[in-house]
Amino acid sequence: MPAPAFDTIEVGDRLPDLLLPPVDRTTLALFAGASGDHNPAHIDIDAARASGMPDVFAHGMLGMAWLGRLLTSWAPQSRLRRFDVRFSGITHLGNAMRCSGQVVEKLEHEGERCVRLEISSMNQYGQPKIDGVALVALP
Amino acid sequence: MIDKKWIGQEVGHSTLIIERGRLKFFAKAIGETDPIYSDEAAARAAGYADLPAPPTFLFAAEMDSGVLFTFIDRLGIPLSKVLHGEQGFEYLVPVVAGDIVTVSSRVKDIYDKRNGALEFLEMESTVTNQDGVTVAKLRNTTVVRN
Repeated sequence: MPAPAFDTIEVGDRLPDLLLPPVDRTTLALFAGASGDHNPAHIDIDAARASGMPDVFAHGMLGMAWLGRLLTSWAPQSRLRRFDVRFSGITHLGNAMRCSGQVVEKLEHEGERCVRLEISSMNQYGQPKIDGVALVALP
Repeated sequence: MIDKKWIGQEVGHSTLIIERGRLKFFAKAIGETDPIYSDEAAARAAGYADLPAPPTFLFAAEMDSGVLFTFIDRLGIPLSKVLHGEQGFEYLVPVVAGDIVTVSSRVKDIYDKRNGALEFLEMESTVTNQDGVTVAKLRNTTVVRN
């Protein structure tokens, strides 16, 4: 997949949204193993309840990985320079996330033509869970 | 309260071999279907030496080391009280299957809000490969709910 050309991109352009299926326990179990984050709060309901949560909940990094998919489906990963997020809410079982991104700035960064993107994810009820920025170098 | 003496200190480092099988498992776990993340031929055709590690995978290298959770435990903080607050990556060189990466982590800052009800532990990590080249920098903020 080729990267979008810098000259054809305008501030305000939106990336195609990435829609995810509702979070389920299987997804969390697989992500725990694959990511190396074995915090039981994400995979063991007893541990989650002991820490005051009603049930297991998604790893923040699962949501960030989905935002990574949003970015790499728009431009090849080799063009990604920075990727920074803030986790603003807990993603619960049953939450179906929508990942969105928008070009907010065109700039030169360390000799490369780049775009800065604002990215975010929210669930089907419009509750924000992650927001952040990414820097992508474009040809 | 977390002792601020830790600010600036190295808290550990670890080495992880980036394995194809692990990358394929990670791609499956996040629903990634782009073949460059699971098919070596597709990855090579796209210009990578082997399967690339997806953008957030290097956090797994840090988690595998146990450095963060071990440090949190050493501080006497139960894992049940921590949340991931922020995470950042700076990419310098692509990391692909077959690479051997070393993650070195340091405490960048410790502070609290709401009279200590929330404490923040900021860490920064440098990732180098088998050639000693810095390939990425990570930063993360852990929130402790007191």
